[in-house]
Amino acid sequence: MSELMQFLLSGATVGAVYALVALGFTIIYNASDVVNFAQGEFVMLGGMTTVFAHAAGLPLPLAALVAVVATSALGVALNKLAIEPARGAPVVSLIIITIGASIFIRGAAQLVFDKQIHRFPAFTGDDPLHILGATILPQSLWVIGGALVVFVALWLFFTRTLTGRAVLATSNNRLAAQLVGINTNWVMTLSFALSAGIGALAGVLVTPITMTSYDVGIALALKGFAAAMLGGMGNPKGALVGGILLGLLESLTAGYLSSTYKDAAAFIVILGVLFFMPQGLFGRKSTDRV
Amino acid sequence: MKLTPKTATLLVLAALIALTPLFFPSGYYYRVGALIFVNGLSVLGIVILTGYAGQVSLGHAGFAGIGAYACALAPVHLGLHPALAIVLGAVISAIMAWLVGRPILRLKGYYLGVASLGFGILVSMVLSNERWLTKGPDGIEVPDLGLRDLLKDMGLKLANGEFWYFFSGICLLIGAWLVLNLYNSPTGRALRALHGSEIAARTVGVDVAKLKLQAFVISAVYASVAGSLLALMNKFVTPDVAGFMHSIEMVTMAVLGGAGSVLGAIFGAGILTLLPQVLTVFAEYEQLMLGAVMMLVMIFMRDGLLPSVLRKIRGRGE
Amino acid sequence: MKTLTTTALGTLMALGLATAAMADIKIGATVSATGPASFLGDPEAKTLEMLVEELNAAGGINGEKVELVLYDDGGDPNKARTFATRLVEDDEVVAIIGGSTTGTTMSIISVAEDAEVPFISLAGAVEIIEPVKPFTFKTPHTDRMACEKIFEDMQKRGFTKVGMISGTDGFGASMQAQCKSVVGNYGIEIVADETYDPKDADMTAQLTNIKGADGIQAVLNPGFGQGPSIVTRNYKQLAIDLPLYQSHGVASDGFIELAGADAAEGVRLPGTALLIADILPEDDAQKPVVTAYKAAFEAKTGTPVGTFGGYAHDAFLILKDAITRAGSAEPAAIRDAIEATSGLVGTTGVYTMSPENHLGLDLSAFRMLEIKGGKWTIVE
Repeated sequence: MSELMQFLLSGATVGAVYALVALGFTIIYNASDVVNFAQGEFVMLGGMTTVFAHAAGLPLPLAALVAVVATSALGVALNKLAIEPARGAPVVSLIIITIGASIFIRGAAQLVFDKQIHRFPAFTGDDPLHILGATILPQSLWVIGGALVVFVALWLFFTRTLTGRAVLATSNNRLAAQLVGINTNWVMTLSFALSAGIGALAGVLVTPITMTSYDVGIALALKGFAAAMLGGMGNPKGALVGGILLGLLESLTAGYLSSTYKDAAAFIVILGVLFFMPQGLFGRKSTDRV
Repeated sequence: MKLTPKTATLLVLAALIALTPLFFPSGYYYRVGALIFVNGLSVLGIVILTGYAGQVSLGHAGFAGIGAYACALAPVHLGLHPALAIVLGAVISAIMAWLVGRPILRLKGYYLGVASLGFGILVSMVLSNERWLTKGPDGIEVPDLGLRDLLKDMGLKLANGEFWYFFSGICLLIGAWLVLNLYNSPTGRALRALHGSEIAARTVGVDVAKLKLQAFVISAVYASVAGSLLALMNKFVTPDVAGFMHSIEMVTMAVLGGAGSVLGAIFGAGILTLLPQVLTVFAEYEQLMLGAVMMLVMIFMRDGLLPSVLRKIRGRGE
Repeated sequence: MKTLTTTALGTLMALGLATAAMADIKIGATVSATGPASFLGDPEAKTLEMLVEELNAAGGINGEKVELVLYDDGGDPNKARTFATRLVEDDEVVAIIGGSTTGTTMSIISVAEDAEVPFISLAGAVEIIEPVKPFTFKTPHTDRMACEKIFEDMQKRGFTKVGMISGTDGFGASMQAQCKSVVGNYGIEIVADETYDPKDADMTAQLTNIKGADGIQAVLNPGFGQGPSIVTRNYKQLAIDLPLYQSHGVASDGFIELAGADAAEGVRLPGTALLIADILPEDDAQKPVVTAYKAAFEAKTGTPVGTFGGYAHDAFLILKDAITRAGSAEPAAIRDAIEATSGLVGTTGVYTMSPENHLGLDLSAFRMLEIKGGKWTIVE
């Protein structure tokens, strides 16, 4: 019993990390139908900037704020310099552009920062909490809480605010959105800022657990991408559920079957889900434009 | 006599392969040339899948992995000649592509991307974890192809680098010839119709599912053979050959050079193979520059480097 | 079409020009300064650059300056082979240092052997020097030796049932296999065998299974990068009170910092003299070498020294020693001189090579270390 509980807590921790990354994918996808493979680099920048700002003497909360703001600005720059000029390009070009951006950011990070592994202290100490014979670190609660807060905020944003609906409208039909007076350029800028900010926030929250270095982005982006696809791209609910599910799948496989093939199990489940639900668990049905 | 585009492409390729060695100052250039040809061969598969049929795969390195490890394992465990191991790898890849392709090709765009990505990751995971068979992440030695010794017996002495340069060059020529034939065949025309609009293609009676599957299987065979050649040339292979970055590299080479054209894609393979060699002086900035090149070309030359440049030249001439 | 040909030729010529600089003794290196193995290759590259600078400032070898041609293979075996070919064919170096990982090393070997250029690898696996290849040498202990050192210590403490949790990267997987092959010699049984991916965020699931294994007395974690730090933190989180052994893969002050002095308390690992430069007894043969390297490296880079940079240091030292003794910079003469290396004190240990032994270290080069109060101490 306590073992199962430990597996679940482990899965929830890892799953919350994936969910936070997946949530970042959601916004940009909603606004522009672009899957931003540089999302993982936002997470890396959040962690690394905090580490270096903290080392330079800023208190941790301020360092984290600097990291989130700086990364948001970078997100906006990415949109203006690389995504906007490529509007209307086929999916494969967009994949290469965002992967190019991720390689570029990684290359810059290894020059600006360094190639060492870093970490900063957990927000509320390292003493584990005990739940039903299992343990969890307080920082994991921060990550899980962070994922939930971001999810609720996004859900409210997309359903309750005019701006959020404008984002959805832009994604559904850009031209129609412009015709009803939505400033689609502003929507795009906002989406990239938000998405990068959420990515950086994820980096700040997870670094005390996972540590960070200039090259953590790819692995996180792949897992976050897989989680978002599992849940259904573009849906915050899908991102949250997909992330947590992926984390639980991995830890339960590691616990009960084989730790070597836990990542394989996760991908097999994703392939299975996509086979029966080609849009993911909560994906919206899209119609093809002829 | 007017040259058809097909003959012209092949002649240009053949001339490049035959004549550039005249300018090689050392044996190292043969190695780089051979790498370009092997990468070019794998990229030709992407031309069919992405350039013609418009489908995106982020897991094609998985097939390269199957081809490479077939050459490492079959000669030792099955007693097959390495040349036959290439064929075996290609057959396994084709069967895998057919099995995997049927369900995942129903998916579109990014969903197809993640599904193929999953396939590639599964292959590289099996290659690194099944130590008893593959010797794990540190890699495994690959037997010699034996063709160079055969040529030597026939009186044609070639250094190792030279042999692989010409051998992979010839393989690339054959590969390009097959792709160009496909392009002009009814299947090729149907594929291009598919790229234009899937729904339109369906309404004029094209069997979309079957076509996509054919393109996927053929491109898998290309990746597999290229993986085999790479392994045989290096005499050593690690699971990295099936890794995500290798899949990305293949797609990037094709799209950067121009996925819609055979010469363009091979040109892309050449650029991306040469880039790290040229940038060694700025090794620190290599990643930065690679990322910048990928973004800039895709933003400003959407059809790829070669087609865009050619169009510009032609535009000026008119 | 003409454009294409001219561009291609232009590029090729540029390649030729870029490498045409002349030097007296040309030494080549290809390491993984970027990519997944960058925490091996980065300190290695910095060490080599630093040592060449120092050497030339001091007048070079036998009065001749040394030029280092250094490439970054990014941990990709295919690139490593291309760079090795370039070093041999184009740069015409007299010896190659490199191959940060076993994968890159194995793909360099046949290039070096075919060209008959001495090659000193910086990677761990025992396959590199077993069977002996005429031109291939290496400086790090084999992973099998690390296993033996650890099991020796476990045996001394009377443990017979232990668990293992290994990374699935090359380092972890290779050491896992070697440990399993020698563990029987020490009367020890492996009762739990788990793995994790090097990029995993949490290993409590695997550790829970290990904790629950019947009669388990100690745990060993072969791996490098951030994985072992996370394992160590999770170990404390689960309050597992069995002794934890790490590998030489994390033998650096960085490990204590990442895992936290609290969680790392009591962790043992086989390390080299380099880590304990300041507490080595004055009469220790390695004291002057490790103190000098540590001071120079830390002053130049601002990062703590680790075992891996030390491997590059020793490779360069062996090469320098061999060229000096050979009195010639001909590859064949250098090879013979390397094979005759005797009693050469490096940071990793004291090297004595022979035609049968192209590593030249024994178990005594490893020191069993224990972390106490955030500091390395020597286990007697």
